[in-house]
Amino acid sequence: MTPLSQLLPGQFGKLASLNPERGVDQRLMALGLLPGMVLKLVRKAPLGDPLAIEFGGQVVSLRLSEAESLIVDVAADCPIQRPQATS
Amino acid sequence: MVALVGNPNTGKSTLFNALTGLRQRVGNYPGVTVARKSGSCDLGNGTKVELVDLPGLYSLAATSPDEQVVTDALSGNISGERQPDAVILVADATNLLRNLFLASQLAELGLPVALVLNQADVAKEQGLRIDTGLLSDRLGGIPVVMASAWKGEGVIDVRRAIAQTLERKKLLPRVVWPEKILAALEDVTAAILKDTGRKITSAEAQRLIFDSNSALAERLQWKPEQRDPVIRQAREKVRQSGYNPLAAEPLVHYARLRKALEGVVKEGAARASRSAAVDRLLLHRFLGPVLFAGIMLGFFASVFWLAKFPMEWIQSGVDWTKTVVAPPLDAYPMLQSLLADGIIGGVGAFLVFLPQILILFLFIGILEDSGYMARAAFIMDRLFSWCGLNGKSFVPLLSGFACAIPSLLSTRTIEDPKARLATAFVVPFMSCSARFPIYALMCAAFIGPVYGPGWQSVVMVGMHCVGLFFAVPTAFVLTRLVLKVKPQPFVLELPRYQMPKPRDVLWRMWQNAAEFVSKAGTVIFAITIIVWALSYFPRDASVAERIKAANPTAAEEVVKAKVQAAYVEQSYMGSFGKAVQPVFDPLGFDWKITVGVLASFPAREVIVSTLGVTYSVGEGAKADSQHLRKAMKDAKWSEGPRAGTPIFSLAAVLSLMVFFALCSQCGPTVATLAQETGGWKWAAGSFVYMTALAWVAATAVYQVVIRIS
Ligand SMILES: Nc1nc2c(ncn2[C@@H]2O[C@H](COP(=O)(O)OP(=O)(O)O)[C@@H](O)[C@H]2O)c(=O)[nH]1
Repeated sequence: MTPLSQLLPGQFGKLASLNPERGVDQRLMALGLLPGMVLKLVRKAPLGDPLAIEFGGQVVSLRLSEAESLIVDVAADCPIQRPQATS
Repeated sequence: MVALVGNPNTGKSTLFNALTGLRQRVGNYPGVTVARKSGSCDLGNGTKVELVDLPGLYSLAATSPDEQVVTDALSGNISGERQPDAVILVADATNLLRNLFLASQLAELGLPVALVLNQADVAKEQGLRIDTGLLSDRLGGIPVVMASAWKGEGVIDVRRAIAQTLERKKLLPRVVWPEKILAALEDVTAAILKDTGRKITSAEAQRLIFDSNSALAERLQWKPEQRDPVIRQAREKVRQSGYNPLAAEPLVHYARLRKALEGVVKEGAARASRSAAVDRLLLHRFLGPVLFAGIMLGFFASVFWLAKFPMEWIQSGVDWTKTVVAPPLDAYPMLQSLLADGIIGGVGAFLVFLPQILILFLFIGILEDSGYMARAAFIMDRLFSWCGLNGKSFVPLLSGFACAIPSLLSTRTIEDPKARLATAFVVPFMSCSARFPIYALMCAAFIGPVYGPGWQSVVMVGMHCVGLFFAVPTAFVLTRLVLKVKPQPFVLELPRYQMPKPRDVLWRMWQNAAEFVSKAGTVIFAITIIVWALSYFPRDASVAERIKAANPTAAEEVVKAKVQAAYVEQSYMGSFGKAVQPVFDPLGFDWKITVGVLASFPAREVIVSTLGVTYSVGEGAKADSQHLRKAMKDAKWSEGPRAGTPIFSLAAVLSLMVFFALCSQCGPTVATLAQETGGWKWAAGSFVYMTALAWVAATAVYQVVIRIS
């Protein structure tokens, strides 16, 4: 279990938990980022913040401070190539 | 009436344009700064229907005013607005699951829905095959059509689907809520009925339970002491069903949608996304910022470079019109002056900025449609987040260095209401191109000749930074201490890169320019006439006779300029300038500068020509006028402790420039600010704040520099 922000660019992880009390997490859930979903840290912005993550076929940017409640499981059996597809 | 709803970036506006053509009306929703776009849509069967384009959103859980408008409009809660008869949901065919979350929420509203799967061309390219028939079956038989609004394909099917929806009124099937959640919803509905006498829908009850801070609670006028325990109990019930109340909604909807979409989408051979490859370059750690700086520099330089020529043409066109219109009216001096100086001058002063504004809109359109705008925000966010703004503030602020008005209009792309307001508030601090003439005049006349071209450039650049220097702390204080609006998380979708379509970009440029001309045009026109009148009247013929008698041998030109100066001196504006000069005395301004400053409140670039008049070198003076420079250099204080010393000392020159860098001297900006912030409160605040700040800063500059030089 690691915080999302500690993934390396290009690394996949399976979302283990988030904090539904937070506005950011609510927004991400509306976009389909729910526990169990595979995501990929695509890259960090040139200044180190924000992050770009990919899940469900979309790329979304979020700030480090906003990503802190997202915990991912790196050891989980993630697909090597693509995060879980749209359907 | 039919409403168009969908996620941002799905092509909703493009589809709206395709459906309504040029017959659109743009207005505002009452009380909020959310644009209301509507138009008439031909259904292809001889009937027409009113189509309303609602703001794009991901979820009905409203956190911003834009999203609130959608939920209100769909439930018929906007005064003067009917509840729509049907909803057209525009979805991105390449990301169905995410797009249908909104559909699943919409089902709760009980409105007939048609589903448009847009961007069919991209889906095809990606090798996705979508079984629309099967999807329609799974969604309760609502019409489901594929379209490519961008290419104009499938638009006829959309028209037919709208007609069908209105006719058959098929509803989306609602999700099956777990029993405990249903019970919780019923409890809330019953409690509200008891406490306030209002009957709310199940969709509204869901907002109260599922959203941590629903705006609906306020509007229902349900007292917190009655409300809170009911909501707490309802959430407890939801928790008993095994769901976190704040996560239940997406969990239930998404689980249901996954099932509904099974077998609907067939993926072909998936290709590596082209956008990802482009991003590897454009968002590269080192190359990204370099390319970004290059793009923005190119963007900005070309705004000035491209606009230069049409601006010169317009200027000479205006001057030429004056020379044509004026002579036949020699017998009617007042009419002549009203027409030439007031009307033509006023219209001209505003038209010269039109090229810059058009080009700005053009570039902003290209940045947006290509998908690079979101990347720019991604790169720049870090630099803005600490003072409460966000990456999306960058382009409006950069554009502000050309003209504040298009910048203010482009703040609409900032979703977070707090950052949007703060950005709009500091945009007028950016050194717009109308400030350039006064810097150029002062630097060329007083800095360059005395301190050399090196210092001249330093001062020139410095003046462009003064505004920025004050804007940053202003934004910081505003977002931290003043604004009570709740900030929104900066969750930003990085959309696909795409070649912008010239037609769409030009269309948007045209719409924005038309808005600018109609709004700003009337304001600046009205103020120009008022300022003209104030500096024209009273006009006693004896003044001219006296000047002529006193200068019997002088050349006609010189006498004319002197007469004009004398008239302005005794005009209302002149008397007022003299009366308030003491206010500007600590800044080192004499009454002539003061009149110039006052006359340039509607439009700051007027200062140069006003100084031309008050310093008796005739009207139409430009920043490069040698006569004006000489007249200003020769000007001396005639009385008081400074008698005999030059008025334009280094201290006064710097103070004047700093004053212009900071003061709110642009009528259209104030008017646009009022429009974009939803009332005169912020516009008035900006005016008072900037003007006071300009006064204080210029005083400080003058008092310090006069002592050390
Ligand atoms: N490839 C493709 N692009 C589209 C289509 N419809 C719209 N777009 C593009 O998608 C982007 C967003 O479109 P817009 O209408 O502004 O989306 P809105 O945010 O949903 O209103 C623009 O760059 C459009 O040119 C389409 O059918 N196919």
